[in-house]
Amino acid sequence: MSTIAPRRIRVLPILAWGYVAWSLVPVLIAVAYSFNDGRSRTMWQGFSFRWWFGDPNASVFRDESMRQAIVNSLVLATATMLIVAPLGIALAVGSHRMRGKISSGVQGLTSIPLITPEIVVGAALLLTITRLFSGIPLGFPAQLLGNITFSISAVVVIVRARLVSIGSGFEEAARDLGATRMQALRYVLMPMLWPSVMASLVVVFATVIDDFVITSFLSAGVDSETVPLRIYSSVRGGATPALNALATLLVATTFAALTIALFALSHWRKRHGEPGGIRAALADITRMGE
Amino acid sequence: MRRNTRIWNGLAAPGAAWLLTFFAVPFYAVACVAFGSIDPVFRDAIPQWNPLQWDFAQAQDVLASALNGPLRGVFIRTFIFVIAAMMICFLIGFPIAYFLARHAGKRRLLLLTLIIMPFWVNYLMRMLSWVNLLSPSGLFSRFMSNFGIDYNWLDGSPITVVLGLVYGYVPFLILPLYATLERMDWRLVEAARDLGASSRQAFRLVTVPTAKAGVAAAAILIALPMFGDYYTNDLLSRSPKTEMLGNQIDFYINNSSQPQRGAILVMMLSVLLLIALSWYLRSTARVGKEQVR
Repeated sequence: MSTIAPRRIRVLPILAWGYVAWSLVPVLIAVAYSFNDGRSRTMWQGFSFRWWFGDPNASVFRDESMRQAIVNSLVLATATMLIVAPLGIALAVGSHRMRGKISSGVQGLTSIPLITPEIVVGAALLLTITRLFSGIPLGFPAQLLGNITFSISAVVVIVRARLVSIGSGFEEAARDLGATRMQALRYVLMPMLWPSVMASLVVVFATVIDDFVITSFLSAGVDSETVPLRIYSSVRGGATPALNALATLLVATTFAALTIALFALSHWRKRHGEPGGIRAALADITRMGE
Repeated sequence: MRRNTRIWNGLAAPGAAWLLTFFAVPFYAVACVAFGSIDPVFRDAIPQWNPLQWDFAQAQDVLASALNGPLRGVFIRTFIFVIAAMMICFLIGFPIAYFLARHAGKRRLLLLTLIIMPFWVNYLMRMLSWVNLLSPSGLFSRFMSNFGIDYNWLDGSPITVVLGLVYGYVPFLILPLYATLERMDWRLVEAARDLGASSRQAFRLVTVPTAKAGVAAAAILIALPMFGDYYTNDLLSRSPKTEMLGNQIDFYINNSSQPQRGAILVMMLSVLLLIALSWYLRSTARVGKEQVR
């Protein structure tokens, strides 16, 4: 251990807490204005639930198009999550164990989408779907396809990190005790992969429900409008605080999903004797950023 | 041994096939549209699937326009905005990530959670918040006018767009920076201090070189999406005065009848990003080699 403690710099905590305020207070103000009694999103006129459910036509739960956007978002995120998880997990396990030239090709193929800007993926898919795969209609089918394509890699990264930390020892032990390779995979590896499966599900759900670019490029008018698209098209217009309520709902959904996943993950870790609790669960979920 | 590889190949096959069909093929399709022809009547792009018959005339046109023509301003502006936003992101992000990794102490988990939070708040919600604050009747504008500053923030202001990019992307920088600094072997810094380096010297001679690869990775991670960003600009400015490359792509592909021009711009953006990426890969490879030595 060193005798010299790291030097404390006084500005740093101020900067850090200042950053927290700067990054969260504007959002909280926007949330607060969803409870505004007036039509304005900028002038406070008293508290009410008018834009949540009070107003019979224009509140977030009564406005037909807003309700449709919420349903579209939930359906798209859930469908993508359910399709992309098995696809990505199998790809991660397979490509992790493969050897040779094909293996590096597959690894390249899975890592490129992570660093490709969404606008490139969105534009490329739009041009392809309208000119080559013209059997796929724009709107929900194309949006689903685009979001699956863009989120496979996230699943692969999360699951592969877990595979690396598990190592091959457990599976080899199972094989030595007479399990077939498939049995070792099914009864030994799969249960151990569970935290990464959980993390991928929630990461995919949160990314897709928040996705704007790909979903927008591949949309087909109002019928396939999701919540982010709706926010984008109305922000600069004279939208009422119902828009703030809609955006608040979106953020609340993401946070609910994340919180459930966090607690499930930390519970799993505790039951299986892995260290870390909430902190490790947080790392599981945010691994994407690494 | 053969049977084993078959299991792994079989597991990887569906996902790999999906990516080939819906990720690799679309890239090829962009090239085919970019180097294809244009329908003389409807002006729509007709893709040329045979690379031997690709026609580069249109692409040369766009390239010329980017080098000395009307597109030049858009390219220069894109670079200036992205570089300015990156620099401000680092000025804010690095000290915070450093503090979080080194000093945060008892409140670390709370602070970490709060700092991660914006990462998960929808991007458009965060922009909506600022549109509300910056609109002429918004809280921020009213606050500023107390000091005699009456500025129309949302009407083609480059300052707003750059700060909007900073606000939007800084969470995506802090997280990987924090991960890098957290994993760093701080005993090296302590060793340097024990051997007589001042804390500033230790920072410059040990911390910076060790963290370099991770820092470059984090920079790339936000620079790439910023180059393709169009929605920040659209929401905060919506004026041709601040138009970036992404806006042009969005316009030509989504809202005009000239998708070929859009496809060419997508190709150009991809080439730019490939250059940035190969630079990054080369520099991380070099850092890796230095560390081994």
